Amino acid sequence: MIAVIDYGMGNLRSVAKALAHVAPDANVVVTSDAAVIRDAARVVLPGQSAMPDTMAALERSGLRDAVLACLRDRPFLGVCLGLQMLFDTSEEGPTRCLGTFAGEVRRFREEELVLPGGERLKVPHMGWSPVAQARRHPLFEGIANGERFYFAHSYHPVPADPALTVATASYPAPFTCAIAKANIFAVQFHPEKSQRAGLRMLANFVAWDGTI
Amino acid sequence: MGLAKRIIPCLDIAGGRVVKGVNFVDLRDAGDPVEVARRYDEQGADELAFLDIRASVENRGLLYGMIEAVANEVFIPLTVGGGVNTVDDVRALLNAGADKVSINTGGVSRPELFAEASARFGAQCIVAAIDVKQYAPDAWQVYIHGGRTPTGIDAVQWAQEVASLGAGEILLTSMDRDGVRKGFDLRVTREVSDMVSVPVIASGGVGSLQDLVDGIVDGRADAVLAASVFHYGQFTIGQAKAAMRAAGIEVRS
Repeated sequence: MIAVIDYGMGNLRSVAKALAHVAPDANVVVTSDAAVIRDAARVVLPGQSAMPDTMAALERSGLRDAVLACLRDRPFLGVCLGLQMLFDTSEEGPTRCLGTFAGEVRRFREEELVLPGGERLKVPHMGWSPVAQARRHPLFEGIANGERFYFAHSYHPVPADPALTVATASYPAPFTCAIAKANIFAVQFHPEKSQRAGLRMLANFVAWDGTI
Repeated sequence: MGLAKRIIPCLDIAGGRVVKGVNFVDLRDAGDPVEVARRYDEQGADELAFLDIRASVENRGLLYGMIEAVANEVFIPLTVGGGVNTVDDVRALLNAGADKVSINTGGVSRPELFAEASARFGAQCIVAAIDVKQYAPDAWQVYIHGGRTPTGIDAVQWAQEVASLGAGEILLTSMDRDGVRKGFDLRVTREVSDMVSVPVIASGGVGSLQDLVDGIVDGRADAVLAASVFHYGQFTIGQAKAAMRAAGIEVRS
């Protein structure tokens, strides 16, 4: 069973729909039941709203401990805010997050958004950007290095440990857009909205045993 | 390589079906939304936009069902708008499977809607749809109610205001150009794009491949939206991307 964690923020079904599409035989459930989450073979933590409300909703849902338990021992996929939540703090709010990994989540800096030609990049970073794989990982199987994925965000993670970064994107400076450690894989972009490449990544997650 | 400029086909929806018409009259059924969406997805559309042109209460359920059906099969971002007046309207559309919700008249009537929706769901999923018409050589005003009611609000100022309130993107439609197929209003597009820090989608007036290129290069838009040129098969998304690529614009292949 694949549990998509529903902590009451709504709009978490996109990931479930995409997982069901790539793995019609897998039992994909959107759930807010801690027992079901603890029982799941693999877990997805989605999220695509504002961080203060998101962390407050997670606390209110009483699912924090179940999430932390799953982070320790089974294939775990974080998406967008589901990635950002894993760090210590986010500038959005600011908000204290789960602290699974040392580091912070930062807003794109205005002064860093100007291209050499003078063009100013917009925030949110919205659309399809190439994802440069820093190293091999089972979730990149069959996905070309530099393949485009769909992004929609104003904040990005800054891990304290550079070894956590498994992929970067550029806007225009390179930033961490995917992290991996042991059984945890988390992405800033939206695989569930990234057409073929995204569906491939989700299929890879369904097949992943949680080791590297 | 960096962020690709986006091509967004727009589908007008009434009663849960795709419709075609000229200036919202003489509407004809143009197919099943799932089939049309799937076709554009296969052609390489970067996103899809849906506009519920009736947006009546009794049709709402049909719209939600349609979004859900499309979201079950098409895995690219979906923007949905039409008749969005409250945070609950935004929530209902997101729950149905929309990734972004566009707010037009409802945001002019009550600008706090942008702030409330953005705080609740994040700026990245709140799109301000702005319909504008030129009224002086360098001035455009905002229209609401599907382009029927002038507001006296300056278009460029309004764009800046909605961005500061929390809209994460601006969908700018020139009513002077809409349906005319003579190209975007590049001046207002450029003015808005230069004045706001959020992405701008140019809309209204595409008649040729060069118009799409001009919207990006001269209008400085981050994305281009078109309806009839794609619906009537004048050119495919693939041809549009080839033309943009040939002009040196970065697109998703």
